[in-house]
Amino acid sequence: MNASAGTKDWYAGRFTQFEEGLNGASQTPLHALRRRGFAAFAAQGFPTTAEEEWRFTSVAPLAATHFHPVLAYAASGFAEPDLRPWSLTGTGGIVLVFINGHFSSGLSSIPPGSPGVSVGSLGAALAHDPALALRYLSPERRGGDAFTSLNTAFLLDGAFVRVGDGVTLDAPVHILSLASSGDTPLLVQPRHLIIAGNGARLSVVETYGGKGPGLYLTNAVTEIFVGEGGAVEHDKLQMENLSSFHVGTTMVSLGGEASFTSNAINFGGAIVRNNVNALFEGERAECTLNGLSVATGMQHVDNHTVIDHAKAHCQSHELYKAVLDGSARGVFNGKIFVREDAQKTDAKQTNKTLLLSDEATIDTKPQLEIFADDVKCTHGATVGQLDEEQVFYLRARGIGQTEARDLLTFAFATDVINRVHVDALREKLDALLHARLRQGRVNMET
Amino acid sequence: MSLLEVRNLHAGVQGNAILEGINLRVEKGEIHAIMGPNGSGKSTLAGVLAGREAYVVTEGEVLYQGKDLLGLAPEERAREGIFLAFQYPVEIPGVTNMYFLKAALNAIRKHRSMEELDAMEFLSLVKEKMKVIDFDQSLLNRPVNEGFSGGEKKRNEIFQMAVLDPTLAILDETDSGLDIDALRIVAEGVNKLRSPENAVVVVTHYQRLLNYIVPDFVHVLIDGRIVKSGGKELALVLEEKGYDWIRGESGAVTADAQEAGSK
Ligand SMILES: Nc1ncnc2c1ncn2[C@@H]1O[C@H](COP(=O)(O)OP(=O)(O)OP(=O)(O)O)[C@@H](O)[C@H]1O
Ligand SMILES: [Mg+2]
Repeated sequence: MNASAGTKDWYAGRFTQFEEGLNGASQTPLHALRRRGFAAFAAQGFPTTAEEEWRFTSVAPLAATHFHPVLAYAASGFAEPDLRPWSLTGTGGIVLVFINGHFSSGLSSIPPGSPGVSVGSLGAALAHDPALALRYLSPERRGGDAFTSLNTAFLLDGAFVRVGDGVTLDAPVHILSLASSGDTPLLVQPRHLIIAGNGARLSVVETYGGKGPGLYLTNAVTEIFVGEGGAVEHDKLQMENLSSFHVGTTMVSLGGEASFTSNAINFGGAIVRNNVNALFEGERAECTLNGLSVATGMQHVDNHTVIDHAKAHCQSHELYKAVLDGSARGVFNGKIFVREDAQKTDAKQTNKTLLLSDEATIDTKPQLEIFADDVKCTHGATVGQLDEEQVFYLRARGIGQTEARDLLTFAFATDVINRVHVDALREKLDALLHARLRQGRVNMET
Repeated sequence: MSLLEVRNLHAGVQGNAILEGINLRVEKGEIHAIMGPNGSGKSTLAGVLAGREAYVVTEGEVLYQGKDLLGLAPEERAREGIFLAFQYPVEIPGVTNMYFLKAALNAIRKHRSMEELDAMEFLSLVKEKMKVIDFDQSLLNRPVNEGFSGGEKKRNEIFQMAVLDPTLAILDETDSGLDIDALRIVAEGVNKLRSPENAVVVVTHYQRLLNYIVPDFVHVLIDGRIVKSGGKELALVLEEKGYDWIRGESGAVTADAQEAGSK
């Protein structure tokens, strides 16, 4: 309790400091939103494992650290070569770079504008059109938690992507979020807003990475609005450094006949929590949520998804996989609501976990709450080791024991990677997965 | 030096004896057929030779090219030229047949200090071998055996054999599940792959296969022992009379031996 009070005091102090620095800007609708955010955070504090949604994930190490919110842009030693390991080659698309949560115009690359597309910094967009904040940025009403409230409290910058009605963006928009902490642990809180108009089509790739071993907490919130008949693919690659924390919340609204796909890929982070919340706001829409977490050592990766079938005739498909080695812990919680009016809902959820060591564990929990009667909802979860019969088959053809195991592990995981439609990202993910398996083997042998 | 020499092999699973003294000698260039009732131990013998870890060898030894075989890992055996066509081929979702075979072939080549094949060289080898057993191109790019029909799986085993070019091939009921035409094609394929330098052991229940792959020796395995060996005519006798007459014969032998022992 003391720790919690200490944590609140700490962030209350940071918030006061932040407000003082705003001068006149503290009277804007945006700041009213921040105040609401802070009040909500102060009322809740960081969650504890006594809360149902956090039963298997303790954020005590986060709450015990005094993270400093980053209130302004600084290059923090990042230069162009630092981006290379993360870049998606050959897409020719827009790249929006954020350093510790703040837009870097120097490192970003925005090819000459095409009609109907506006992209850039959310901070700049809000300064230009303050009403945006009121129209779109209100996570509380969409099931936000203490972390989204904390993000709102210090809301300053992030990516802004808006694609007008009927516009197709061929190349993916890459939102590259890089963090770097020195001795001071930083609170990095990008806030991304993605708006696809009616019939608009685009792909967005979010990448999270760290430079150096310093401790930081990324607490990112992405809000996505898909207009009627629009189609959005949202791929997220989380590769924070292995001492840091990542909490990421993606909130999606789908209009009628819209389609949305999320591919959430996790490799990094010490403690990771991802929330993907999708809400059907119109009929005949389709939502696909895929996830892959590859964790080892003491990593803890928690994926929570919520699909809210509030309207009739919608489909959702969900496939979450995890490969856990060492003493890694995984959590999967998949909620599906089918509201009273959501007749003819078709929802399918699958969760599969491959445990590569005896110490690795997974807690998996499907949660279907169905209030309509004419619906089709299925869910299934499997947890297992590699199939020894498959291992033997490969070995009996001359493939070494370790290679056989790697090959089967790769095949298990790449099933999710293959669902990514951005070619450059898919290739990068395959390479990362290969490297990760090799690295795991080296760790095992030493 | 024989290619394969199995001496007084006893093996089983966790205290459960399955093989109870197998003796078998296979020379290069030969074809051996092993027949016997369900559950007699044919697949167990094949599995022990391929290195299946579930089986524990309690007695006896196996020499392959004059060297101890049982101390080798399954992959080492494969790289030394042993190939087991599985009675029940395993499905491997997410790994294409092509990828799998290339990994296997290159592991074997590496072991033999041969250069690994690049994608183009591998493809031309595969094309050539596909013709040998009339293998369907579309199966190549599918995950290994996943959703294959029973016959397709068996044909895939022989296709792999064609690509990997083993010295000792053990075919465990490769004929079951094949239609009449496929049986002929696969058997002809096996014959084309024969050479004075390699040998084939076929496990089968049916004489029909042996019309195509003509064995030099036929062995009858019952209750974990080879109770009778003969030439190809033995298969015809078995087809006609079943196994009971041998059971009777070998039972009599055992009784005689016991009598002799008690004197
Ligand atoms: N892993 C195992 N665990 C337990 N029992 C086994 C195992 N493998 C084989 N057996 C038993 O050993 C005996 C021999 O089995 P095997 O598969 O070798 O027979 P088979 O001669 O190949 O029969 P079939 O003609 O039906 O294929 C059977 O009774 C079988 O149930
Ligand atoms: Mg058998």
